[in-house]
Amino acid sequence: MTIAAISTPVYQGGLAVIRMSGEDSFRIADNIFVGRTAPSEMAGYTCQYGKIVRGGRTLDDVILTVFRAPHSYTGEDTVEISCHGGVYLAREILKLIIENGAEPAPAGEFTKRAFLAGKLSLTQAEGVLDIISANGERELVSARAMREGNLSKNIHAVAEDMVKISGNLAAWSDYPDEDIPDADTTHLGSDLSQIINRLEHILTSYDKGKILRQGIDTAIVGRPNVGKSTLMNQLLGYRRSIVTENAGTTRDVIEESVRVGDFVLKLSDTAGIRDTEDPIECIGVDLATQKLENSELVLAVFDSSEELTDTDREILEKIKNKPHILLLNKSDLPEKLDSKYFLNENILFVSAETGEGLEKLPEMIADLFKLGGSSDTAEIYISERQRSQVSKALDYVRLALTEYQSGITLDAVTVYMDEALNALLELTGERATEAVVNNLFERFCVGK
Amino acid sequence: MDTSTNYIGKFDIVVIGAGHAGIEAALAPARLGLKVGIFTITLDGIANMPCNPSIGGTAKGNLVREIDALGGEMGKAADATFIQSRVLNLGKGPAVHSLRVQADRVKYHIYMKSVLEREPNVEIKQAEITEILTDDSGAVSGVRTKLGGYYDCKAVIIATGTYLGGKIHVGESNYESGPDATLPAKALTSSLKQLGISIRRFKTGTPARVHKRSIDFSVLEKQDGDCHIIPFSFETKGELKNQVSCYISYTNAETHKIILDNLDRSPLYSGRIEGVGPRYCPSIEDKVVRFSDKPRHQLFIEPMGLDTDEYYLQGMSSSLPEDVQLKFLRTIKGLEHVEIMRPAYAIEYDCCDPTELLPTLEFREHPGLYGAGQFNGSSGYEEAAAQGLVAGINAALKLQGREPMILDRASSYIGTLVDDLVTKGVTDPYRMMTSRSEYRILLREDNADERLTPIGHEVGLISDERYERLLQKEKMIAEEVDRLEHTNVAPGEALNEYLINSGTEPISNGTTLAKLIRRPQVKYDGLICADKNRPELPEEVTEQAELRIKYEGYINIQLKQVEDMRKLESKKLSPDTDYTKISGLRLEAAEKLQKRKPLSVGQASRISGVNPADISVLLIWLEKKRREESGGN
Repeated sequence: MTIAAISTPVYQGGLAVIRMSGEDSFRIADNIFVGRTAPSEMAGYTCQYGKIVRGGRTLDDVILTVFRAPHSYTGEDTVEISCHGGVYLAREILKLIIENGAEPAPAGEFTKRAFLAGKLSLTQAEGVLDIISANGERELVSARAMREGNLSKNIHAVAEDMVKISGNLAAWSDYPDEDIPDADTTHLGSDLSQIINRLEHILTSYDKGKILRQGIDTAIVGRPNVGKSTLMNQLLGYRRSIVTENAGTTRDVIEESVRVGDFVLKLSDTAGIRDTEDPIECIGVDLATQKLENSELVLAVFDSSEELTDTDREILEKIKNKPHILLLNKSDLPEKLDSKYFLNENILFVSAETGEGLEKLPEMIADLFKLGGSSDTAEIYISERQRSQVSKALDYVRLALTEYQSGITLDAVTVYMDEALNALLELTGERATEAVVNNLFERFCVGK
Repeated sequence: MDTSTNYIGKFDIVVIGAGHAGIEAALAPARLGLKVGIFTITLDGIANMPCNPSIGGTAKGNLVREIDALGGEMGKAADATFIQSRVLNLGKGPAVHSLRVQADRVKYHIYMKSVLEREPNVEIKQAEITEILTDDSGAVSGVRTKLGGYYDCKAVIIATGTYLGGKIHVGESNYESGPDATLPAKALTSSLKQLGISIRRFKTGTPARVHKRSIDFSVLEKQDGDCHIIPFSFETKGELKNQVSCYISYTNAETHKIILDNLDRSPLYSGRIEGVGPRYCPSIEDKVVRFSDKPRHQLFIEPMGLDTDEYYLQGMSSSLPEDVQLKFLRTIKGLEHVEIMRPAYAIEYDCCDPTELLPTLEFREHPGLYGAGQFNGSSGYEEAAAQGLVAGINAALKLQGREPMILDRASSYIGTLVDDLVTKGVTDPYRMMTSRSEYRILLREDNADERLTPIGHEVGLISDERYERLLQKEKMIAEEVDRLEHTNVAPGEALNEYLINSGTEPISNGTTLAKLIRRPQVKYDGLICADKNRPELPEEVTEQAELRIKYEGYINIQLKQVEDMRKLESKKLSPDTDYTKISGLRLEAAEKLQKRKPLSVGQASRISGVNPADISVLLIWLEKKRREESGGN
């Protein structure tokens, strides 16, 4: 198995290095690199200037270095690509490498291979174990966070439907004597076509970056007229939410992404939380409460020029177990709010109107999420992994459909379906065989 | 303990229970030269089939063929005593073809009892074992019977089925009992608990047996056996014949109403049963409640044997009171005047947690103590026999100082069954299914001999002669595959006519026979028209050659997966490993591994809660240990 990863910290910087190791390294490099000579023709320990090209389009000018087995860090054929800095470029190149047959490298995989190949001494082994377990832990956290995301939910929905189709086939093959109308297999072709469409759609959305987890789901909440929409507009740098002096202006949830320091916040401006008779506003308030519960970060806005109200206290109660930052707005007006309620909290005195005080926001978010360079690497790994699993699943479902149409017996078609399912289920740690058997027993009334 | 006065005798291996697990567990070591004592509460219960007298079925048929390929007895017994034989799933593909027979219950018992009786190294004892004795090191040293008798032994295989702590429920009544009105084994559970073995309670059920004269066959759907009968055993030769028919009927709204009206009288719904029942073998009241939208449920009406008028009602297991059973059965077409001979009942029994077992089915913490069958949390005669064989072989190999026989998931359904039990554990009685195997295309009924007979030969249960025959067969298959790959055929009228009639494209250029066979619609037999020099070969050879070519792509994909799996499987872990001392393992993983003590990194990777990063840590730790031990750096 050939593995690939971004080896430099994922920060804005002058250069980034993508490393790939394994027997297919040179073949993959030949596919994506245009230079004077093909990488597979290059001698070990030499480098070359050239371009990384995808579909005829140049992604970046790079320096490519070749290490020939066993004279490399891992002891395997290795290629390192130095490209211009920036997360975006490095990620695109990594994606291209994976599309050409490499697997995203799990935590510490390069070092593990180096050790197993005898490249590292025994005394270094403990260090290797620490790297793997620390990164593994971070990957778990990332994977868990990712599971909440839309992409994961879509993948999971497809996986569930595939489990159902396989459950049908399992009932059909394991209980041939039963009277099971649902285990009808005549729809298999159209079922598989639908799965293919959905997986293709997920991949395209993924590539457009629309539903890629690229930031922190952030809800701006507070009672009406404390300045939530003003804050939203201030953070975005343009007028997105309508601001009036009337309480209850924002009724829907308004969503927008914005970069704040090193972070991308997926901001949702919500309706002010209050008891209201207006049915439309009421829906808005429900949505706001829901958003508050589902978000990863809450920016709770209070009006520091007014006394703390019951609604304010309710909001404080609701957010106490979530990562949150309290923004005491209208700091330019005389302070009336009793700040003793806010002891030991993440408080910022800001003026949403002028933006004053907001400069400290990135630092506070960094503290809350403890995001560093390596955590981003874990996240990139997880999302690249997810993408490569979806694309693998798609290949297998397509094969299953072609084979089904060729008229081969269904026992063989299920081999490909299992493979597709295993790819989709991998990130949740489930196995296709177990998921399918459980599904069968849930849905079918079978047995003597 | 004073054991001197009651000392009766000495065995290498004691088997507790003479059901389908116990029989294989006794025969295998005896045939390998060890002295075996097999203990049963009643000699008349040997190889009893208290549920349906049927052997095989989906995935189970494969288990029976595998048992036979390894040198077990079940396949031969089924071939000798069947009264109807069918291959299920014909046309759905070779991976799911499943042989199933209806056996004569009494003849099956007689056959197995006499096989045991004729085995020189087996002594059959009618006695209830009440205690397992261990020496100072905790290893098994003997057993004690209810009458106080003491036997010395080096290994014990527990195959107690539903006898252990058995309790029967019919409606509001319940009583302690083994299956089919036998005595239950009441004392052994507490001896096992004292040894520190976790005991759980499972439940299963069986439908009513009814009198033939009370069934109106004229209104029932009839189901006959196959014309061309395939035996279970690779050694069975000669003519095989169907002797009976089975019948099908359905429940209806009236049946369901009676069941629902009387649910409060079911021990399942009133909470009198604490045991966990199998998901796949629901009682009729379960089916009616859980699948309330189904207008009808199917039942099979099957004979119990040639010398009896008892019929079995497959699909109607129940624990409702007898009067309710009679009432709802009489709403079913063909059963309007039915006479119940044995009422349906539910039975609860004690079993172990199979994650306490090694893949040899020996208890990790109790050297010499093995479990097999329902005691290990499985269900089904075939699953039981398979485990009995594994436990019996391994107990023998250990006493002979030989390497254990561990069948991996890619080798067999038996290996999959054992791995599922000991690595994943069970929450309800475990039934084998084709869907449980990720290597279905490789694990077919038709190639069980190719997969397992070499292992059976190495163990010593397969004769040189039988092994030699397998090698011959393999050679013929390989030659025929090679010939088909290299035989060119030109487009001809007969060939193209065959191709068109089979629903596939005619050829306009020359091709090979193998390429034609790869087309799903084309049959080996059909190509005779273009295959003038075809050698005269046995059907079992041509069948394999055809399958190997037709499914080559799939087989290769699965072989690649097997190769990856076996890499991890070959990285052995010592049972003495202290996982709490391995730095880098996550706490959850370390705890799970410490408890389960897997024998290989592969097995570790299948334990839930152990993730890929933990596996990387294990691999590095192993390499580090290897280097430290070899003194290198």
